[in-house]
Amino acid sequence: MQYMLLIYSEEGREPQPGTEAFGKYIQAYQAFSQMCVEKGVMRAGDALQPVSTATTVTRESGKVEITDGPFAETKEQLGGYYLLECKDLDEALDYAEKIPTAEHGRVEVRPLMVFDH
Amino acid sequence: MLPPFQLEQAINQLVREEWGRILSALVRSAGNLQLAEDALQDAVVAALHHWQKHGLPDEPAAWLIQTARRKAIDQLRRAQRFSRLQPMLTYSLDVQQAAIIEQLEADESTVIPDKRLEMMFTCCHPALEYKTRVALTLRTLGGLSTDEIARAFLDKPATMAQRLARARHKISAAGISYELPSREKIAERLGGVLSVVYFIFNEGYSPHSGHVLTRTALSDEAIRLGRILLGLLPDNAEISGLLALMLLHDSRRDARSDDKGNLVTLEHQQRRRWDRAKIEEGTRLVKAALKRQQLGPFQLQAAISALHAEASTWQNTDWPQIVALYELLYAMQPSPVVRVNQIMAISHASSPSQALEHIRELSNETALRHYQPFLLAESDIRFRAGDRPGALDRLQAAIHVTHNKKELQYLEQRLVWMKSS
Repeated sequence: MQYMLLIYSEEGREPQPGTEAFGKYIQAYQAFSQMCVEKGVMRAGDALQPVSTATTVTRESGKVEITDGPFAETKEQLGGYYLLECKDLDEALDYAEKIPTAEHGRVEVRPLMVFDH
Repeated sequence: MLPPFQLEQAINQLVREEWGRILSALVRSAGNLQLAEDALQDAVVAALHHWQKHGLPDEPAAWLIQTARRKAIDQLRRAQRFSRLQPMLTYSLDVQQAAIIEQLEADESTVIPDKRLEMMFTCCHPALEYKTRVALTLRTLGGLSTDEIARAFLDKPATMAQRLARARHKISAAGISYELPSREKIAERLGGVLSVVYFIFNEGYSPHSGHVLTRTALSDEAIRLGRILLGLLPDNAEISGLLALMLLHDSRRDARSDDKGNLVTLEHQQRRRWDRAKIEEGTRLVKAALKRQQLGPFQLQAAISALHAEASTWQNTDWPQIVALYELLYAMQPSPVVRVNQIMAISHASSPSQALEHIRELSNETALRHYQPFLLAESDIRFRAGDRPGALDRLQAAIHVTHNKKELQYLEQRLVWMKSS
């Protein structure tokens, strides 16, 4: 089963570039990604640029509306994701808890839609 | 041949007892809890018709599971026929359902394996909301009807049915496994499972739950689940501790209310109304558990309960030992309830004025200022220490935060009594 691991955190709470903690943080992510590859579960994974680079589009009103900024003005924002192939939810949760951002943020684990059952 | 009513009773009894075991085994080949649940329901309906005509089979449980498998196959075949009309659905749909049909057809065994431990972990999975875990455990392992479970929670039956259906959907959609988790995970998750069982037990005593019947059924069900768990993991001390605690608490069931239905506290209960068999079993269990040196909160609570059970009177109770046990319990579960109970024990082991010292220390904790048991404890201790105005004041404060009618009645009576003594 494929799971999206959606990484949410308050922007700025993660270690900042230039600090020693930042180097360790990046290394932790690299190690995590590497582990996923080695275990054969990795399908995709990326960090997103900050919400200052986001643009939102909708046709809710009938015509196309383009807004500067993310979909919702929440404290925690989507910062990255992983797409993993796991045998069950427990396996996906085991990976999710190891994501470095889980220390100060939250990871949502959701299965991909399968046209099955 | 039994007359129809007795037969229906016999079937209902059998179904209640065997539901959990049969359903847990059926899920293995059906691969889906909702499918298994529906199939077994259909099989029970079939049993009512068939057994009335032909009498009970030699192996009713085997009859049920075999019939349920056939019902599940029918259900899947119907779904396949439907899906063929929708070319959009993928090939994998057919493959999965075909595989399950094969699995069900191949399984001809009449021996029903005991997969209830697996099912308990599935129903109590942390990905499910706590209330859902409780409800799903009651339905899947307890075989309680949706209506009975709804009543226990004061929910509408339709709402509870929806909760259960959503839970079963989440289990299959999100990939919650039906297999037993790893050894490490079992250790991690067992606490959660025990907590659900204990919650069910307490709901059986909760003044919130409806009829008397519901209450007794729930606490009996929890004890039954505790026994099943202990049977499956006999070396686990905390499971023993939980079962012991429930039995010891349950042993006082008949003494808890007087002939008029009023609440009677432990201090005033008629001890001859306590169930000695339950006390004996509970005490034996906790003693054996403590020997295993895997100390845990349920064992400690059971030990405290056992000390009450073996005392001939309130005054003769081994209060110093109880104080020490609460100290150990507090180290594991630092909660206000534990502190309050410990202070009450201190008031008996030492003196009310000693206990007042401890109360003074705790009075600054804002959480406790509106905590009814704390207010009641302080009221009782002050009264015994000779501070009647203080006792009355605390009792008023406690009444102010009490909502349950029976408790309120009891406390108001106590207020009247205290004012006049």
